[in-house]
Amino acid sequence: MSILNRTPRTPKTPKVTPVTPEATAASAAGAASPTGGAANAFSQPNQANPTNQAPGSGTPHPEDHLPGFFAQGDEPEGAQAYLSNGGDWDQIVAEQRGRSDEVIVVNMGPVHPSTHGVMRLVIELDGETVLSLRPSIGYLHTGIEKTFEYRSWVQGSPIATRANYVANIFNEAAYCLAVDKALGITDAIPARANTLRVMMMEVNRIASHLIAVGSGGLELGATSVTMVALRERERCLDFMEAVSGLRMNNAYIRPGGVAVDLPENGLDLLGELIAQLRRNLPELSQFMLDNPIFKMRTQGVAYLNLSACMALGVSGPPLRSTGYPWDLRKTQPYCGYEQYDFNVCTADSCDAYGRVVIRLNEMDESVRILQQCLARLKDSQGQRHMIDDAHIGAVSDLVVGPDGQGNSFTHVKEIMGTSMESLIHHFKIASQGFHVPAGQVYQAVEAPAGELGVHLVSDGGTQPYRVHLRDPGFNHVQALPIMCEGGMLSDVVMAVASLDPVMGGVDR
Amino acid sequence: MSNDLINAASPVSPTYIGTRDGMWGSGSGSGDVSGFAGQKRTLSLPAPASMPYGEWFDDCIAEIETEVDGAVLQVFVWRGELSVVTTPARLLELLRALRDKPSLRFEICSSVSGVHYPEQAGGELHVVYQLLSITHNRRIRIEIALPDARPIAPSCVPIYPMANYHERETYDMFGIMFEGHPGLTRILMPDDWEGHPLRKDYPLGGIPVQFKGASVPPVEQRRSYQQ
Repeated sequence: MSILNRTPRTPKTPKVTPVTPEATAASAAGAASPTGGAANAFSQPNQANPTNQAPGSGTPHPEDHLPGFFAQGDEPEGAQAYLSNGGDWDQIVAEQRGRSDEVIVVNMGPVHPSTHGVMRLVIELDGETVLSLRPSIGYLHTGIEKTFEYRSWVQGSPIATRANYVANIFNEAAYCLAVDKALGITDAIPARANTLRVMMMEVNRIASHLIAVGSGGLELGATSVTMVALRERERCLDFMEAVSGLRMNNAYIRPGGVAVDLPENGLDLLGELIAQLRRNLPELSQFMLDNPIFKMRTQGVAYLNLSACMALGVSGPPLRSTGYPWDLRKTQPYCGYEQYDFNVCTADSCDAYGRVVIRLNEMDESVRILQQCLARLKDSQGQRHMIDDAHIGAVSDLVVGPDGQGNSFTHVKEIMGTSMESLIHHFKIASQGFHVPAGQVYQAVEAPAGELGVHLVSDGGTQPYRVHLRDPGFNHVQALPIMCEGGMLSDVVMAVASLDPVMGGVDR
Repeated sequence: MSNDLINAASPVSPTYIGTRDGMWGSGSGSGDVSGFAGQKRTLSLPAPASMPYGEWFDDCIAEIETEVDGAVLQVFVWRGELSVVTTPARLLELLRALRDKPSLRFEICSSVSGVHYPEQAGGELHVVYQLLSITHNRRIRIEIALPDARPIAPSCVPIYPMANYHERETYDMFGIMFEGHPGLTRILMPDDWEGHPLRKDYPLGGIPVQFKGASVPPVEQRRSYQQ
């Protein structure tokens, strides 16, 4: 190895080492193209090594005709440059560490593909070691909480769904459960509406976990994992589209119930979806869990133990990966989750690998819940999907007509044809909406990433006075520094993936 | 339902939200021809609860009272949820007791956020803390009111490190300053943004775009395809 300052860069006779396997590997990139060897020797001074030139062959050394932008001999001394001759990488690293003047600040993001949206991580790096990491968020702030205050209570559902767009049903669920609670109608929600809510939440949980696991795989370079995950997610979204009319941003869950009942073939579709997921989800675990590269990249990485989780309010899979079985579906049930038979998945490794295992297992548990939903939906066919209170339910009643859109003929006929008063009332209810008694409530649901809470304040009017979404991702981003500092740069990617923040929810 | 809304509360009580004139809440000068222009409504939150509160609430309040005497200003029980109003001066003491006392043990501060009641004189800005006890599987809400003229609250980050981002967001959105916060800067809005968007006096839309010299031209100067 030789360390050169820029000034004496005129070695007329290049120092040549015998071609060893390491040296060949080091210069492989340079030797790939006839001109690349020379160019790479200077553009990547840490790696390239011009050993592909035979000594004394008369070939002019690349530095003899340097382009004008390279330092010439008469220029003042500049930054340190390294010339590696192969097999001496350890020395260079040790040398560099000894100089310790090379802390660089890297902005990872805001549009880096592994930051799950537009998050910027300001990282201080010493070599590849992360010295400090500060997340910078807000690039996707869209003022959702402000917009709530200018829309009716029912219109809050399509707004809430746009926060965390990967696990959107949970936003709707938390918001609508909070509105239900403020209205005092939680116990009056029909059983079928609750089953439909649970069904959509669990399908969405699978879709969200597939994104978390699949994009985590993609960030490690495992594209086949992503392909499988996206394929299965698309099936989940197809089902959600068949039920609600939209792939994403469904606005399916409404105050008082859900927007529409299952379509005619809904039970068959759900049965098919369950069968497909049962068949195909194990493929993901086969791809990932025993793969030695995947294990090396995730085991012991992004470590966050129970006391750190408690200090930072971390919930969801990161908390359960410490072995603590905290799941709001079990501990503070809503939508009748206490009637379902499922397990809370935990791991005890506190690392990214454990979180992937938990997500894979939770998908299996979600399929179990879906199976129970199927039985309940069979039994409750013909029952109401919306509370029996026209004040609250009428606006959300989007029974689809025979042409596949709009309200059904019977619904329109009842509004338009029965009486003038009916039309006036419908207009009044649809345009103004219902009142929610003054007061404040907090409702939390177990979203795929953790506790998703809604703090709702009503002044008794037809619009929310204040809605605050407590997104798990927002809280979890705080935990990135403690997970990453002192580790390798490549593990930052795994830490972000294991928390699964979605910027739509983080920034709102 | 509307009878609940017309709840006579004195304008200085912490449950007071505001008054609304007319049918549309926009006053009699708004061209309201509905005949309801003279209607005046007072909006207020439900009145404070009195003993017994029910469930585990009585024991919890009694524990708090023995631990931090006089910190509880008011207790609200609504929809099965317990809210405690305290003063900014006693907040940290109260939170520390709630976190550390084994019989209370609220380990997690799920959320800190603000609510703006512009018509509540002397307590326009509220800070709301949602606490969760994993040990006892309970939730409690702590609330403080701050005057708009001096919106300074003590930071609870030393007690609940997880509140760091939440307090930054509350500062960003409401302009509430948290004394003792390790780095109280804007978090969602750009650093050089003016105003605090979630305050009630901040409009929704119709404001000049503040981003880095960009501007939105008036409607008639925008590109149009209808020439």
